[in-house]
Amino acid sequence: MSEIVLDVRDLEAGYEPGVPIVRGASITVKKGEIVVVLGPNGAGKSSFIKAIAGLVPITGGTVFLDGKDITAAPAHTMVRLGLAFVPQTENIFQLMSVEDNLRVACGILERREIPARIEEMYAAFPDLVRQRRTAAGNLSGGQRQMLAVARALIVHPKVLVLDEPSAGLSPKFVSMVFEMLANIRKSGVTILLVEQNAKAALAIGDRAYVLVEGKDRHQGIASELWNDPVVAELYLGQRPSQAGKGGTA
Amino acid sequence: MSLQFVVDGLLTGSMIGLGAIGVTLTYSILRFSNFAHGDFMAWGTYATLAVVSAIGATVGKVAPIAPLSFGWPLIVALVIGMAFTALLALLLDKVLFSRLRSQGQAIIVVMASFGASMALRSLLEFTFTSRPTYFSRAIQIAMPVGFGIRITPDQIALLLLTAVLVLGVHLLMTRTQTGRSMQALSQNAALARIVGIDVASVVRVTWVIGGALACVAGVMIGILVQIRPFMGFDMLLPMFAAAILGGIGSIPGAVLGGLIIGLAEAGAVQLIGAEWRAAVSFILLMAVLFVRPIGLFGVRER
Repeated sequence: MSEIVLDVRDLEAGYEPGVPIVRGASITVKKGEIVVVLGPNGAGKSSFIKAIAGLVPITGGTVFLDGKDITAAPAHTMVRLGLAFVPQTENIFQLMSVEDNLRVACGILERREIPARIEEMYAAFPDLVRQRRTAAGNLSGGQRQMLAVARALIVHPKVLVLDEPSAGLSPKFVSMVFEMLANIRKSGVTILLVEQNAKAALAIGDRAYVLVEGKDRHQGIASELWNDPVVAELYLGQRPSQAGKGGTA
Repeated sequence: MSLQFVVDGLLTGSMIGLGAIGVTLTYSILRFSNFAHGDFMAWGTYATLAVVSAIGATVGKVAPIAPLSFGWPLIVALVIGMAFTALLALLLDKVLFSRLRSQGQAIIVVMASFGASMALRSLLEFTFTSRPTYFSRAIQIAMPVGFGIRITPDQIALLLLTAVLVLGVHLLMTRTQTGRSMQALSQNAALARIVGIDVASVVRVTWVIGGALACVAGVMIGILVQIRPFMGFDMLLPMFAAAILGGIGSIPGAVLGGLIIGLAEAGAVQLIGAEWRAAVSFILLMAVLFVRPIGLFGVRER
């Protein structure tokens, strides 16, 4: 079994004390994997992933990255610890040029390494080269997503964490974004993503978890989950264990 | 008419512009209008004056650097004064603004800055009295430079100093990682943290730049006009007008806004009378905002 990069155990998190949105969720991500977190609307997927990235206060549980406890480390230290996060919306600096968007994220790199690293990102995302002097706000939806991902990858993260990378994109760009993520994994980057678009995400993922009401309720091999009756049930809001519990929930 | 108002306007505009840089940075990065900014100017000027006096008391009388009205003690004192004003701004942020900022309501921070402004000003009056004072009482002869314009060596030196400082801050903002981090924080604070920017350290840099430039602007007023506790407070409205006119967050905008307001004020004094001085800059501000609500260099996010 390959080594575990990200290990999240019994995570509890929420914006207000006493009102947890994430209620004891556990997942693991192994080196080189794409792990997908699915779940119905309001399941707390986004809060779960933001809590891992240090953006939602954690009230319980632990997050280990490469064996190191990063639970509730301040958000700005996450890239140094090896976790790069791509938010769902507003994930680029709109008024800055494409190049400055990349450069501003290079704070943890060696100064002389930066120009070469930027060129590597342009090589990986050729669409961005032509626009390097353009204000990022002028990019198309797909290009914005590319820039956001390139910005996250530029610091050599141990794990790339994405919050619904396909949200708000037209179908053409959706397939482009998932193709891009599949290619990034091929280059050896470990990926954790939360996604509403279950079918497309499962097509590129290795394993997946289903999050319901802030807790991981089911997991499996990504390619098998699409036809898994338990997943369908969870999505419809029926709890598989409800009958057995005698309605105590 | 005489073109003398151009020189007068550029000088007033430089003072306003240097002050407006601090105002525009505080507004765009910390998201509040700092009404105590003018008092940073006054404190910086009095600190510089105190150091000049201290140097004078220790090493005796120092001859001015010809043809200027001041010698090396003022230059050394200005650097110390800038550091002092930067520290004052950092201290005020630590004991007052940062605590209120964490509660998330900008208007409370604005009101607090108004209170801090009054307290700082009263402390100056209490310590130094409200009687005006000067760096030098020597009279400089203004040299004619053609077109009916006369300018003193001090004025030339201070215009050059302004140009150097503005260029320096502009390069810092656009060419360095610190500057890019400041831009990033002003555009999207949450994303700035995600890409690894330590907000607290960027906030400190912002206060240091704003405080140091406020001190320079104050000392310019001290050299060219006079030093008094209200000197900074009286600059507050023109500085805010300049920052808004130029477009909040823009360094070149703040300086250009300052120059426009300085020139308009000086022109108004000459053409329609001194009592219209303040009114003209605000009529201009309203006119620009009517046509272009985001200011001259302001940018709208898409």
